[in-house]
Amino acid sequence: MKSDTIINKSHNDCHPHLLVKEVLSSASGGNKVVLAGNPNVGKSLFFNYLSGMYVDVSNFPGTTISITKGTYKDYEIFDTPGVYGVSSFNDEEKVARDIILSGDIVLNVVNALHLERDLFLTMQLIEMGKKVTVFLNFSDEVKKRKLKIDTKRLSELLGVEVIETSAVTRSGFDKLEYAIQNAREGNQSPELHHLLHNTLNRVGTQAEALIILEGDEIIAEKHGIEPGTADQREAIYINRRNTVNEIVSEVEFEDSRKGEFFNKLGRLSVNPVTGLPILAFVLVLVYFFIGDFISQRVVKYTETTLGKGEFEYHVKSFVGKFTPVDIKVDFQDDNGNTVSTKDFSFPQGLNNDIQKASEFKRVSAPHGTSTSFEFKNPFVKLFFGEFGIITMTITYLLFLLLPLVAAFYFVMALLEDSGYLPRLATMLDRSLNKLGLNGRAVIPLILGFGCVTMATITTRLLGTEREKTIVTAILQFVIPCSAQLAVIAVLMSMAGAVPFTIYVVTILTVLIVLSTLLNRFLPGESSPLLIDLPSMKLPRLDNIFKKMFYRTYGFMKEASFWFFVGALGVGIMELTGLLTVWQNILEPFTTLWLKLPKEAANAFVMGMVRRDFGAAGLFHLTLSPMQITVAITTITLFVPCIASFVIMLKERGWKQGLIIWSGTWVFAFLIGGIISQIFI
Amino acid sequence: MNNTLDKAKKGTYITVRSLPQGLLKVQLIRLGITEGSKVYCLERLPGGTVVLQKSRQEIAIGYDLAKKITIEN
Ligand SMILES: Nc1nc2c(ncn2[C@@H]2O[C@H](COP(=O)(O)OP(=O)(O)OP(=O)(O)O)[C@@H](O)[C@H]2O)c(=O)[nH]1
Ligand SMILES: [Mg+2]
Repeated sequence: MKSDTIINKSHNDCHPHLLVKEVLSSASGGNKVVLAGNPNVGKSLFFNYLSGMYVDVSNFPGTTISITKGTYKDYEIFDTPGVYGVSSFNDEEKVARDIILSGDIVLNVVNALHLERDLFLTMQLIEMGKKVTVFLNFSDEVKKRKLKIDTKRLSELLGVEVIETSAVTRSGFDKLEYAIQNAREGNQSPELHHLLHNTLNRVGTQAEALIILEGDEIIAEKHGIEPGTADQREAIYINRRNTVNEIVSEVEFEDSRKGEFFNKLGRLSVNPVTGLPILAFVLVLVYFFIGDFISQRVVKYTETTLGKGEFEYHVKSFVGKFTPVDIKVDFQDDNGNTVSTKDFSFPQGLNNDIQKASEFKRVSAPHGTSTSFEFKNPFVKLFFGEFGIITMTITYLLFLLLPLVAAFYFVMALLEDSGYLPRLATMLDRSLNKLGLNGRAVIPLILGFGCVTMATITTRLLGTEREKTIVTAILQFVIPCSAQLAVIAVLMSMAGAVPFTIYVVTILTVLIVLSTLLNRFLPGESSPLLIDLPSMKLPRLDNIFKKMFYRTYGFMKEASFWFFVGALGVGIMELTGLLTVWQNILEPFTTLWLKLPKEAANAFVMGMVRRDFGAAGLFHLTLSPMQITVAITTITLFVPCIASFVIMLKERGWKQGLIIWSGTWVFAFLIGGIISQIFI
Repeated sequence: MNNTLDKAKKGTYITVRSLPQGLLKVQLIRLGITEGSKVYCLERLPGGTVVLQKSRQEIAIGYDLAKKITIEN
């Protein structure tokens, strides 16, 4: 099939296309419907509606970075990354180009507020000879701003159906099937046909002929002919630009241009004079919400009261019925200090000493008591003990991690949907230039605070390989993901302000040194900033909660599996004595260099599985504030979790991936050690 | 008077005189910025990053690119 060859040809430059290849090979003739459009115009909302599936929707260009396939009635529907034109200037464009070339029908989503920009792609699709229907999206905004667009005239000029829609209110969505059925080839200029004539004879499809003439090397190579020159491309582009401008001037009637509050806010957040205070304000809000409200109050309740007090207590006393156990009940005053203690011993389990068991039940029931169980059987201990695979993992995952991670994703979704991120990118552009990046790098870096794995994939939206390498390295070395931050926040709240400052300063220094070095020694040049800024707006709560839900769910699903694996591993190592061996090997590092207790070595076993579990392993040790600082600095810089390691290998290749991975070992111990030598 | 974009004055209309050759040029054309087009300078940040407005569209351009674009106020 012709579509397969396209993909195979362009496939040699790796990963993102893998998915495209799988997706394309399964498609049959005549019913492949591709959603295409500029970034941030609502394609994914259409896709979710049509396919009944879920893909992320956010208010910044570049939310979708790979192809997703779904079905609608008898059609196969494809969601694509947003592009300003069909070409191959970056990874996203290549992915989109391949799927558009192979599609039977293109549903072109257009932001009606930005016709000048968006119709450029529309014209190109039409000139490619594709069957197209245009969705004039954002019609709700058009009405609000009293802008007038002559849809009928637009449809005449383009020669294809134009349907007014609003993807958030779903108006116009009743015409989706009509839109697919009535997609057709639009008006193409005779001059273009003349221009295409020669190439068309050699390659067979108009779409490919045009792309080749516009200088696409990959498609040209596939047919063994020379791509068009830069001048040819420019001529075609300028021509198209002029056509688009003419069309727009004919169909669009100026709006009253309301000086909106959000536009104003958007402008203020770009200029450092006002933008830095705004950033500070945002950070303080985030801090109070996550650092104070969620990680202190909410988690205290869920972890201590629900997790330990209810869940673990009931599970353990149930298991204790059948197996030997010593139980200690602490009675605490209002401040959580132990005032008195009562010990119970059940050499045969609670069931064999009914009287003592009911006595235990009575004293341990009221509030203000904390109960600890010491199981005698090593296997029971492995599953239900203090670090038991079942008890500790569930408390950790459900009662500590879940509320924190959900809160992080909530904040992230708010930031994404407000339109703030691209403005932050603009404000920080100059500073990031010094690190060999441009402002766009802000997006993957901030997403990294949610999930490093996801952020590593998002590096695809950066312009050059060297920028991708720098950002990936920063993500894997210094950015703690939400789960890890969660644990760090809890540990830090025990340590105080000075250790916190040391921690932040250290991590920032590493970040700056690392990227400055990479910038100095990596060959090539980074690309300059060129992004369009979406309008600022109040995020829609339904989207916020939906996104938070799907991401938290996905995160927890993955985290749970690896946590069980890690906990089981550590449990077995403990049973077999391997853990002591490991501790002894690392002992010089841990005790002399890092000045931590020997058991901190456990954290590095868990840390290889997931960084946050590494940090969780520190919970059970008694550490001084400075030791906490050293420990979490080391753990933050330590190797990335397995999932992000795998993704990094896929995105950056084996060599680079392994270099970064080993680098984290060196850096983590080096920096952690330096801190401890200075401060302890 | 000819100037480069990184020196544009905030709050003024400017006419684009020339764009750098190559890929960046076609990217700019796609976004609606061509030689001869008139745009509004919405912001000029201290480092030279500028934000342009073309009809309702806001476009941020980094210093390294801005200094290669010549304009006329
Ligand atoms: N007011 C309004 N907002 C819309 C409409 N359609 C989409 N949006 C918003 O536009 C933003 C982008 O929506 P997405 O569906 O993520 O857009 P996309 O085209 O998939 O974007 P990329 O994947 O980045 O290319 C979201 O914040 C949506 O809520 C619309 O018709 N009206
Ligand atoms: Mg999308």
